Amino acid sequence: MLQRILALIHKEFLALLKDPKSRIVLIVPPLIQLLVFGYAATFDLKQVPYAVYNEDRGLAARELLAHFDGSPSFHRIATLRSEGQVASLVDARRAMVVIHIGPTFSADLQLGRPAPVQVIIDGRNSNTAMIALNDVRSIINRFNDAQIEAGGLRGPPARLHMRAWFNPNLESRWFFIPGIIGMLTLVVTMLVTALTVAREREQGTFDQLLVTPLRPGEILVGKCVPGLVIGIVQATVILLVATLWFEVPFLGSLAAFYAGLCLFLLSAVGIGLLVSALSATQQQGLLGAFLFMVPAVILSGFATPIANMPRAVQLFTYLDPLRYFLVILRKTFLEGAGFAILADQFWPMALISLATMLAASWLFRHRMY
Amino acid sequence: MSAARGGPAMRLGGLVRKEFLQIVRDPSSIAIAFLMPIFLLVLFGYGVSLDADHVPIATVADAPSQDSADLFAALHGSHYFDARPMPSMAAAEQALLAGEVRGIVRLRSDFSRRLRQADGAAIQVIVDGVDANTARLVEGYVQGAWSVWLAAQAADAGQTLQMPVDLQPRIWFNSELRSRNYLVPGLVAIIMTLIGALLTALVMAREWERGTMEALMVTPASMSEVLLGKLAAYFVLGTGGMLLTVGLAVGLFAVPLRGSFWVLWGCSSLFLLAALGMGLTISTLARSQFVAGQVAIIATFLPAFLLSGFIFDIGSMPPVVQAITHAIVARYFVAIVQTLFLAGNVWSVIVPNALALALMAALFLGITWRKSRKRLD
Repeated sequence: MLQRILALIHKEFLALLKDPKSRIVLIVPPLIQLLVFGYAATFDLKQVPYAVYNEDRGLAARELLAHFDGSPSFHRIATLRSEGQVASLVDARRAMVVIHIGPTFSADLQLGRPAPVQVIIDGRNSNTAMIALNDVRSIINRFNDAQIEAGGLRGPPARLHMRAWFNPNLESRWFFIPGIIGMLTLVVTMLVTALTVAREREQGTFDQLLVTPLRPGEILVGKCVPGLVIGIVQATVILLVATLWFEVPFLGSLAAFYAGLCLFLLSAVGIGLLVSALSATQQQGLLGAFLFMVPAVILSGFATPIANMPRAVQLFTYLDPLRYFLVILRKTFLEGAGFAILADQFWPMALISLATMLAASWLFRHRMY
Repeated sequence: MSAARGGPAMRLGGLVRKEFLQIVRDPSSIAIAFLMPIFLLVLFGYGVSLDADHVPIATVADAPSQDSADLFAALHGSHYFDARPMPSMAAAEQALLAGEVRGIVRLRSDFSRRLRQADGAAIQVIVDGVDANTARLVEGYVQGAWSVWLAAQAADAGQTLQMPVDLQPRIWFNSELRSRNYLVPGLVAIIMTLIGALLTALVMAREWERGTMEALMVTPASMSEVLLGKLAAYFVLGTGGMLLTVGLAVGLFAVPLRGSFWVLWGCSSLFLLAALGMGLTISTLARSQFVAGQVAIIATFLPAFLLSGFIFDIGSMPPVVQAITHAIVARYFVAIVQTLFLAGNVWSVIVPNALALALMAALFLGITWRKSRKRLD
């Protein structure tokens, strides 16, 4: 029996790797995507293009603007002479932020009156707008603190002392790069599994496979192993790139990471094979792969937190294996978690893989065309 | 009549009819064009949001007093928070580690005393930094609650609180910063990228694999006619899907469409041509459905999701990555839809991006046309 399965596994690897185009597709794009996405996936704003409309000739206005020019978050692209220039600049997306200082700014500051600064922000991307506004606010807060100190004024009775655990500089890259491991691994397992059975069905070789002494369970094992092996190799490469190239700290237990990876791969392979077993044609297999993969990524909490979703959609996410794996990834990378904390993430994935594998192997025999 | 029978218009009509028959026979194409957009847009339109409210945070007062109660009341009053009083710092830290709360606000036992001294008291705030974006939002919300509290304190003391510089933000186009207003138009672009590529990614490869391409070659139909027939059939399907998603965005999710519908129609058509062209290119170059399917999975969804400016700001990426995003069709369409929906007909955004889409469409269709000669290898 073992020999039969080994022969099948051998055949599956050949089917995947024989075609040079297919071989390239499995190896090169995931690596390129890791590098590109690793740099692309961040909410930290750099060099936000901003314009200044300064009507005040005083020193204080220039001092405030120097704070913006000195900040790595902002990059001045224009200095405006009239209010009328603001709209075209923002509409065309050339400036995301426009700072408007009125003619009495310095005088107001001098006299101890509140000195207004109007800040116009392009809200088309509301998240970027909110981050840009926070960046503006922290620069102005710093300026205010300096003013209070210089003027010998009484400061607020209590100040906030903020600190972030696990990611002291709040680098969003630390959050996203572990997530990319999960996403790319999912994509590659779908590549390997979602079309295999459908292809054999379309070419008629699946019927031949069914009349061999191989039992459905054995066919299942044969179809699973390539996905598992390729997934583990790929995740390991990405793990190395994430820690060595992007320098994301890995503090947790490597054993817990790999246990989570194996369970995640098993559930992804199970879903891929289920999709494949349900499809009569490769077109249907491809559709099924997307119908699973796209929601699985978008609802996994990769970019938008699950806690922000409405209750009904949150229930949906419990079916998503990537949801659990992302928690494992982030906790092992950043929080130094081991098996004990992660137990709640392990068993749902085990359940998903068991259910999908059983369904797939049943469908091998019972769905005939 | 007999002269028209062999004419190019008739031939093209026949080819389009053939494609439609094939589409109807395997309902998965119809599903891709109509069910997938509805399913995905409804799921994501409701599910995807960056607006955090009722964020659970722990509040700890080492020595509870009227002052600490006042401050915590300000946190309680904000709908951004779900404040949970904890008996001790140890309990709060435990809750943070377990992921039950996203942050801790702690007042030490000397809070009340130092509040009345010149250098002021400290409010210790700890946030869970793993999700840096949510952590920043929480910090911003705490600052908001803090300033409300400061103003109330000043009012109680009969003063008005004032900061030297008074920041007056104006958010254009989306004044309440509703993240759905920008995510839903972006989703229209992402979903249509998938649909365009999915519809056509396998069609050419399927004809090659099944040998029907050779059968088509012996007919008088030229290769351009075969391609045009496929393009026309899937263009009609794709336009249907597009209208559906735009209708849902406006009707169901109440995203304002401030620009012209006809400009949107025109840009969508250009975009659809580019997306279908990308699918046809994949299909033609791969020649086998299996490889074409693999390439479609790799090359469409994740790049459109991460590199189009749909969620991550392109201007903040390193220059090399910014250059790569120019190769992503969805990038141009995301820029167009976000502007058309929220800002209106801003030609300085629409024209260059529409030109880029036209160029991409021409490029992909040109590659497909060149690579699918009547030739047997």
